[in-house]
Order: sequence, then structure tokens, then C-alpha cells
Amino acid sequence: MNSFNLNSLTIKQALELLDEGKISSVELTQACLERIKKIDPEVKAYLYVNEEWALEQARLADEKRKAGEHGKLLGIPLAIKDNILIKGHPTTCASKILQNYIAPYDATVILKLKKEGAVFLGKTNLDEFAMGSSTENSAFFPTKNPWDLERVPGGSSGGSAVAVACRMGLGALGSDTGGSIRQPACFCGVVGMKPTYSLVSRFGLVAFASSLDQIGPFALNIEDTALLLEVISGHDPYDSTSAPREVPHFTQIIQENANTKFRVGIPKEYFEHELHPEVGKNFEEMISLLKRLGHEVKEVSLPHTKYAVSVYYIIAPAEAASNLARYDGVKYGLRVEGKSLMEMYKKSRAEGFGREVKRRIMLGTYALSAGYYDAFYLKASKVRTLIKQDFLKAFEEVDLILTPVSPTPPFKLGEKTSDPLQMYLSDIFTIPVNLAGLPGLSLPSGFTKDGLPLGVQIIGPHFGDDLVLSLGYQIEKELNLELIPPILKDL
Amino acid sequence: MGISLDEVKKIAHLARLELSEEVAQTYAEELSKILDYFASLKEVDTDNVQPTFHPLTWNTPMREDEVEPFEDIEAILANAPELWENMIVVPKVVKAP
Repeated sequence: MNSFNLNSLTIKQALELLDEGKISSVELTQACLERIKKIDPEVKAYLYVNEEWALEQARLADEKRKAGEHGKLLGIPLAIKDNILIKGHPTTCASKILQNYIAPYDATVILKLKKEGAVFLGKTNLDEFAMGSSTENSAFFPTKNPWDLERVPGGSSGGSAVAVACRMGLGALGSDTGGSIRQPACFCGVVGMKPTYSLVSRFGLVAFASSLDQIGPFALNIEDTALLLEVISGHDPYDSTSAPREVPHFTQIIQENANTKFRVGIPKEYFEHELHPEVGKNFEEMISLLKRLGHEVKEVSLPHTKYAVSVYYIIAPAEAASNLARYDGVKYGLRVEGKSLMEMYKKSRAEGFGREVKRRIMLGTYALSAGYYDAFYLKASKVRTLIKQDFLKAFEEVDLILTPVSPTPPFKLGEKTSDPLQMYLSDIFTIPVNLAGLPGLSLPSGFTKDGLPLGVQIIGPHFGDDLVLSLGYQIEKELNLELIPPILKDL
Repeated sequence: MGISLDEVKKIAHLARLELSEEVAQTYAEELSKILDYFASLKEVDTDNVQPTFHPLTWNTPMREDEVEPFEDIEAILANAPELWENMIVVPKVVKAP
């Protein structure tokens, strides 16, 4: 028997043990699969787990290691959000309309992970087509928060956040259009990062809102997050919005910046919103911590913040309405027969899409329709410019910006499902980052008195992903939190 | 700013969604509430502001127009709801003369 717990390893620790020959990828993968069997029936993070496939990949990784190969993630078991394509396996987007869809090709991020030897355990639950903030909009079942099973894990990448929090995978990928990586990471006590728009290819990510969508990693700590980001980043000719830039060595840079002092901005407008008292208190503690570490803390102003939710909930649904036009029952996905082609379209879409997806398609179609385009879509796109300019101006004075991730701790299942607007407002601190295309990191920062995780968001300038991770690394070391959900403590 | 039941039905048609009377009514109420919330955008002066459609832009990347065969056509066809040989079957779209 091994003298350490295979279910408590970070990616970095696992790689060291694999390289020393103390564990095999098969053992590590088996440990994740056993953990999934024990815990997943309670938290329901996964939509699809393929044991045979996972172990086959692990065996292959072990053979490669024996042959002297050294992939950056060789033999590391990961979880993938079910809106990212892995060839030959289902991609459902947690929607009935794609229930039987098998991906015919690999997303670019998947090819990159495969090249470095990662092992895929399965696909994780999400709000249908990544539209939601609680993973309750999955057409199949809601995922639960491992810190309190009556609460949501956040969303839309709730499954990936829970998989990592419960050590049912050493890391995961999610996607973030308005907070869908950062908010669930915060609610589940793990690290989650939305990289700069265009840093990571979206080829093979099912499109929701193309001017906002970005793939990013989940992990237990900053080092692992930096490693995953390093692997998935890079220019891709298959994504025309992909940045033609060299990928920085994030894992190295965070070490080099271990003592770098930053100028950190605190946006005063973020306190005009109703902030849960425990979130407010924790955030004050984070500001003190920054000062204690020797960083210069300055107030900055982002005056158009209060319009961000309106702007987002016009632009994102407008883009979604266009992107989701492809689900028409013709070439793939659910088809419901009708007397005419029109009837087939309407019935297939009515039956295939869930309530929130339809609500957003309606909203987006309205905002783009003749007579309303100028007042809604165009107006929102102009205010978006002002929101972006606010950030650019703030970054003339500071290196990074610190905010809470969510105005509240994890809320209860069902608490916000009856009021879409309340659900939308829970994204107030994460949305502006997507509108401006900036990098944003969600980092565990403490707990409520009831033991629910809290998080802090670090926002950087365009391509300041390395700085964001560097400050995160310093805060993480200083806090040194133990982030083990109670559900794991009895094992 | 409200949205009427008739408008909801018109939008549903444009979006190719079949809605029951009951659901259309719910959407009219929910969407009206959301659109009311958006009204605050009117107070922002955007007279001399250019719209942002992409947060970061590059010149449109160019490439040679070369055919790249897709290797696994079978995998694409396997997702089709109905096939006839290597073709996807759809309802008739032309009327008989």
C-alpha cells in the first residue's frame, strides 16, 4: 500500500510521484474512479464517466512514461465540462437537443491535453448550453455543493468545480461567458480562471456567446491552474479570434514573481451593490492581507459597472440566439417530426431546449429584431465600450484589481430559479470582466461562520494572466487554507 | 417597457420556437420584467461612442483556400436524425406542381 492518500494529491505532487515511479497513472485513475463511485451519487458532478476508456488512457500513459516520455500532464486524470468536444464521446451541453450527440472531432484544448498525456475521466454537468449560475438548468439533474448538499455549486461549470473540490479528478476544464468558471470555483472552494479573451482556442467548444466565451481551468491550487493554462493556451488557426502570441511560462513566472509588489485597485462602485455581510467582511480581510504583504492598495473607479448586467443580458442572449439557430433538427441533434419543415424546426427546438435557453433565445431575438436593434443590441454594445474603457483607464494606475467573486455565499437549490432576474444579478462582479475580455481568477479566500467557502477575484489587464496568477499565488501561500469539503472527511 | 403576448408570439416565430399559450403568457411577464431592468441603459450618453462587438480584435487571419478533407465523415453522418445512403433526409421543402 502507498503511504499517502491518492485522493489528496495536487497535479504537481502526482507528477512527482509518477516520475519517481511511486505510483502509476492506472492507480491514480482508479482512485479517482473509486471516489466518483462513492461521492458522485450524492453530488452528481458527472454526466458521463467511462471507466474502461479512462483506464486505457492511464495504461497508455504508464507505458509512455516507461518509454521515457515526459508530457506535462502525463497520466493526470481530468474532468471536462460537457460542452467541450472529445472525439468519439458524448457532448450533450446538458441539453435534450444534444442528448445523443457523439463528437466527431476533438476540441483544440483536448488535442493539447492529449499531446501532454492527460487522462480523461468523463464529462461534467452544466447549466444547459452554459446558461445559468447554479447548474440547476441542466436538462438531466442539478449538481450539488459538496460543502452543503442543500446549496448550489454555482454555474454554469458546476460539475467541473465539484469534480475538483471532491477530488474526483485532479483538475478540470470549464467555460466562462459571464462568470461560469469563477463563480462555481468560489462556491466550491477551488481555484478557477477565465483567461484573457483569445488566449485559449474555442474551436470545439459549443458556442454560447462568441464575443464572451472563454475556456479555462479548475484546480486545487494556483500552481496546478498555471500548469493547465500553460498547456491549453496558444494560437489556433481554427479559431479566427485566437491571439497570435507566444504562450508565457505561467508556472515559471509565478515563482519569479513570488515577492513582486503590485499596485492593486479596489473599485469603489463594487460596494454600491448589496453585499452579503460575510462576503464584505472577508473582502476587507483580503485588503488588509494585501497591505500586510506590502502591496500598494488604491481605490479605483469603474463608473459604468452598474450597467454591466443589462449590457450582458442583451449581448449574450443576442449572440446565443444566433449561435443556437443551428439546432434545427436537420443535420444532428433531436428531431421532432412535423407536417412541414417549419413545423419540424419549431417542434424540435421547443422540445429540445429547456426553459432558460428558450427564454434567452427569445430575449436575444427580441433585442436583434427590427425596431429594437438600436435601442437594445446597439445601445448595449456602446455601453460595453464604456465598461471596457473604465477598466483600461483603471489599469493606467494599477497593475491588478481585486473584487469579491459573488455578492453572496452559495445560495440554496431552488432559491433563485423562479426569478430569472435575481439569478442574473448574482453575476454582477464577474460579468464586466467578460465584457472587457480581461483575465479573471477566482481564489478561495476563507469561509462563512457556517463553513461555506468564500472567494476573491483578481482581474488583470489584457494578457496580464501571468500577473493575475502571480498575485493569486502570493495570497494563496499567505492564507494557506485547508479546503476539504465535509463530505470527504468521513472517507 | 412591457412586451405584449402578440409580440412574444411574433418573436417565438422568428426564433422558430413553438410555444403554448400558457408558456407565451409566462414569457410575456418574465421578459417584461427583464426589459424593465434594461431601461436604465437609456440614461447613459453614448452619442459619440463606438460599439464594441469583440473585446479584442486582430486583423482577419488569411489563409490559402485549400481543400482539407475531413477524415471521419461517418462520425458526422452518425449524428444525423435520418439517413438515406450518404444523405440526410429532411421533410419535403418544394411543393408538387
